[in-house]
Amino acid sequence: MAEHVIRLPDVGEGIAEAELVEWHVKIGDVVREDAVLAAVMTDKATVEIPSPVDGEVLWLGAEVGAMVAVGAPLVRLKTEGEGLIAPQEPLEAQQPHEARPLIVAEAAKPAQIAATRPSEPVETKPTMAAPRPAGGHRVAPGAPRPEGEKPLASPAVRLRAREAGIDLRQVAGTGPANRITHADLDAFMAGGLTVARTARQADTSIQEVKVIGLRRRIAEKMALAKSRIPHITYVEEVDVTALEELRAALNRDKRDDRPRLTLIPFLMRAMVRAIAEQPGMNALFDDEAGVIAIHGGVHIGIATQTPAGLVVPVVRHAEARDLWDCAAETARLAEAARAGLATREELTGSTITITSLGALGGIATTPVINHPEVAIVGVNKIAVRPVWDGSQFIPRKMMNLSSSFDHRVVDGWDAAVFVQRIKALLETPAMIFMET
Amino acid sequence: MREISCKLLVIGAGPGGYVCAIRAGQLGLDTVIVDAGKPGGTCLNVGCIPSKALIHAAEEYEKVLHYAADAGPLGISLREPAIDLARTVAWKDNIVGRLNTGVAGLLRKAKVKTVEGRARFRDGKTVEVETETGRQVIRAEAVVIATGSAPVELPALPFGGPIISSTGALALAELPQNLIVVGAGYIGLELGMAFARMGSRLTVVEALPRILPQYDAELTRPVVKRLEALGAELLLGAKARGLSSTGDKLLVETADGRELQLAADRILVAVGRRPVIEGWGLDEIDLDRDGAFIRIDDHCRTSMRGVYAIGDVTGEPMLAHRAMAQGEMVAEIIAGRKRSWDKRVIPAICFTDPEIVTAGLSPEAARAAGREVTVGQFPFTANGRAMTRQGEDGFVRIVARTDNHLVLGIQAVGQGVSELAACFGLAIEMGACLEDVAATIHAHPTQGEAFQEAALKALGHALHI
Repeated sequence: MAEHVIRLPDVGEGIAEAELVEWHVKIGDVVREDAVLAAVMTDKATVEIPSPVDGEVLWLGAEVGAMVAVGAPLVRLKTEGEGLIAPQEPLEAQQPHEARPLIVAEAAKPAQIAATRPSEPVETKPTMAAPRPAGGHRVAPGAPRPEGEKPLASPAVRLRAREAGIDLRQVAGTGPANRITHADLDAFMAGGLTVARTARQADTSIQEVKVIGLRRRIAEKMALAKSRIPHITYVEEVDVTALEELRAALNRDKRDDRPRLTLIPFLMRAMVRAIAEQPGMNALFDDEAGVIAIHGGVHIGIATQTPAGLVVPVVRHAEARDLWDCAAETARLAEAARAGLATREELTGSTITITSLGALGGIATTPVINHPEVAIVGVNKIAVRPVWDGSQFIPRKMMNLSSSFDHRVVDGWDAAVFVQRIKALLETPAMIFMET
Repeated sequence: MREISCKLLVIGAGPGGYVCAIRAGQLGLDTVIVDAGKPGGTCLNVGCIPSKALIHAAEEYEKVLHYAADAGPLGISLREPAIDLARTVAWKDNIVGRLNTGVAGLLRKAKVKTVEGRARFRDGKTVEVETETGRQVIRAEAVVIATGSAPVELPALPFGGPIISSTGALALAELPQNLIVVGAGYIGLELGMAFARMGSRLTVVEALPRILPQYDAELTRPVVKRLEALGAELLLGAKARGLSSTGDKLLVETADGRELQLAADRILVAVGRRPVIEGWGLDEIDLDRDGAFIRIDDHCRTSMRGVYAIGDVTGEPMLAHRAMAQGEMVAEIIAGRKRSWDKRVIPAICFTDPEIVTAGLSPEAARAAGREVTVGQFPFTANGRAMTRQGEDGFVRIVARTDNHLVLGIQAVGQGVSELAACFGLAIEMGACLEDVAATIHAHPTQGEAFQEAALKALGHALHI
């Protein structure tokens, strides 16, 4: 038997530490060579740390959310053979192979947008897990604890429960005087016995979820945008009946190698036209330097929900792409983002952003500008509404656009002109494609 | 002077503050601690440690006096013992100095930066420190207030001249012939009894009808008996009115309304301690209060985000070990760990002669909380070790729930029982039942056996009585 220490490898040039975002193993797990042990996140990328050897996990070096220095011990494994190596021996000596980092996903450092969706439940993992009982036998629950009585447990059990986010009042104790033992806690964590509750009790438990990884970056980005940028949000309705007819026709007759069209590529093309007239909307405002950088290229960020949270892949140079190209690129990026395979380049560099919640789009939203951009266009749900045409109500497909602007550098008048221009283009879609 | 920016700033280097800083340092937090005095606070400089040193000297001296009077059955005799209080105090100061150095070393080892001076809040994240070399501004992401407590002064008996606080009593160069202690709480009695054992004539003036009012009469009886044996005069239900016009006598109104004039060369006023809430800029940050104390929640958070408070400034019990536990917890919380105050018991010790230890609920308190309790009490008269150390006074008492035998409280009075605080605290914190204590082998011959026997007695089958 030998002990093998895996240290955090050099995960990138100039990076001294990385945030531990996920453990793929827990103490007691047996891992094979190359099995992923953990994921760490730098400000550039998420990196998976594979195991260089076969072994059993003895020790985990950090909690999820902690910053780990490059070279710091991350995992200790019990390995077979290779003679006896005392665990206290210098660690360098027992490192036959370097742990090889695998870059799996470039993290979206800049660029998040307000698009709230019920977030994924976050799993909290116990970090001080004691070895699970080997046998599969279950202990019988103790008698229910009377209401208002403190759960009885040793300090070590209480600490473990707290770190695992478990309310001990819900755990049945099998010890004397219904004392909760380590084994009781193990059983509860294994999802077995949830007892110790009398009928209908107030649930005063609080689950603490660490804000880490992508979520932390989203939080920082949102706070930055909302605290720095005075938003003005302008909501206008757009009659998309003609556009929807065109879209349906194009989809019906499209070539097989072409992507299905959604509304987004039409909007992108309309925005390119509108920006040609108001280039100031396609800009980055460096408020510390007091400089507005107006970009010629229209790089449109598309706010995309992924299992990990909101990211914003960027369709570069929309001004140089036709409708089909915009659609294909948008679809490709969304897929890559959801799979966690988008590169850093694909997730940065936008100059204006679109946010759409599709069928969940609601009537109006108040989009948060993707700092340091100055404008964001939000798409709301299309609905058939009665519209007065001067003599009667007729059913029309209507959609609202909710757009926010940085009011420091965009006046309300200009914002309105910009949205009205997009509205006119979308209502008469042929104009989007007219050569001028 | 250049500003310091840090993750954690601790104001006050008493037991709460320095423990917090050391733990924070261990956890890799960039930590600064500020105190105007030497590290260790009240506890180390003018409280727990120096008083115990003095009490030990008094105990030793009393023994030799006893032998010199040829009164002991041990067959030891000697002649003309004497005590030089100035040397005793110098020895005590040496111990304090060693501990000061020790704490400073621990802080250094944990890579904590120490700034000497008086701290004052500018806002919730910024503190100014008046140091010898000028004004130092410190900015911190989190601040821990650990400013502690100070002796309460009586308006009629302001400190100065013959009127001293506990701090003054620990620095006396000469043994007072007549010592009056105003206030029969644990601080007054610990020091008063120490001086009485060294030879001072002791008078205790207490406004309440009994001494050590936080303990039940059964626990304090051996202490009363001992005070009487030392020739101390107890004026209970009496009020100290002030000094006589000549300034050398204390005016006391007794329980039956008589006016007494008591001669004294020293008057120790020990009527309690108050939180130190002025002098460090509380007004600047306007924290919620709980009476005179700073209000905290179970994470030691104050009403201002990022500002924590620990120790005496946050309320009773004002005990060093409570402050230390809070300090450790707060450091871990600031380091991002999940912690919350969930201690079951804070043991308390009174170093009188004999000593008193309490952990958890007394029988009355448990009954008042609506519990049906079983009480087991075992006297030291039936304990071999107590006999051999001539300390048969006192007992261990255990209080448990009648229904499931969960131990709710443990009390003891007797010579040297302070060391039993460790097993009392452990038993309650671990959630022990009477059977657990009864089934644990307690080494023979020790006073700790009385703990096991008390549990056996509560179960109805004590062996040695």
